[in-house]
Amino acid sequence: MTTTIEQALRNIPEQPLPDLEAAAAAGGRVDVAYATLDSPVGTLLLASTPRGLVRLAYLDHADEAAILQDLATRISPRVLSAPRRLEEARRELDEYFSHARRRFELPLDWRLTGPGFGRRVLQVTSKIPFGQVSTYKEVAGRAGSPRGYRAAGNALGANPLPIVVPCHRVLHAGGGLGGYTGGLERKQLLLALEDVSA
Amino acid sequence: MSLPPFQQLLDAHGRDVHRFLIATVGRGDADDCYQETWLAALRAYPRLTDASNLRSWLFTIAHRKAIDHVRGRRRHAVPVADVPEQPEPVPPNGTPDIWPHVRTLPPKQRTALALRYLIDAGYPEISSVMGTSEEAARRNVHEALKRLRTEYQR
Repeated sequence: MTTTIEQALRNIPEQPLPDLEAAAAAGGRVDVAYATLDSPVGTLLLASTPRGLVRLAYLDHADEAAILQDLATRISPRVLSAPRRLEEARRELDEYFSHARRRFELPLDWRLTGPGFGRRVLQVTSKIPFGQVSTYKEVAGRAGSPRGYRAAGNALGANPLPIVVPCHRVLHAGGGLGGYTGGLERKQLLLALEDVSA
Repeated sequence: MSLPPFQQLLDAHGRDVHRFLIATVGRGDADDCYQETWLAALRAYPRLTDASNLRSWLFTIAHRKAIDHVRGRRRHAVPVADVPEQPEPVPPNGTPDIWPHVRTLPPKQRTALALRYLIDAGYPEISSVMGTSEEAARRNVHEALKRLRTEYQR
């Protein structure tokens, strides 16, 4: 008979889990909010801080758990799934992919790229207009170091905000594609979406 | 020290915290307590210096919220005689729900039982969450079982 009571104690009728996102947002204690988005270039992970979008990643190229742990370590462990906090980012990206947007307007948080040449490279890159391309050398020059095209290439390779900071618009001077964080097919896809023949 | 993303705690323990609160404060108040528990945890989380037992840390918070809630209830109690909160649903496997009976036990016994049987906590963890000795944790569980056997299982 003992077992009956102990077995009964292991069961409790459950009810749906309350949604924490609204409560956490009202409490103002979410330091990093994230969500995923299905796009023509695969599933994207988006993360933002109160300052703006801080990270965008291609989920097939990086492990979600590893990215979230990196954000927890480098920004704050208060990392929560909060799709509503990423509504603007998701809307702008959807519009971009459906040819309804040529410029991103959402605020960006640059903190994952340390201040200095690397960040300047990304900021210069963020100004390359839709449908146009530049070269590593040109970008390096505009960031203040014409000979630093290798360093520029590294900074672009480590871009924490691909697509929104359009590193896919930076090519080799000879017309070669160069590299891309999400794989070269993606770079080609994005350039094709912008009607650039490369 | 590097803490895991908070979402990981929520994914790993959200459901158990909710079940624990249904058991200790009842169906009607469990959702409020659940929100309070997680918000308190979220606020305190970055200051945590020991990540080795996050589950115990979370249940310690949930336990405190449950106590606050029960106290608050008593303070603001409106004298309405024993209105059943909601019809208690029967679990899918057909065993009748024992927890409404458990809720008539003293709070410490009820909490100890919830930790012991709903989340499989051992006595060291129960004593750490409830801030009692291990001996007291053991006693609470045994007393509770004894009472359930005489009162519930006739």
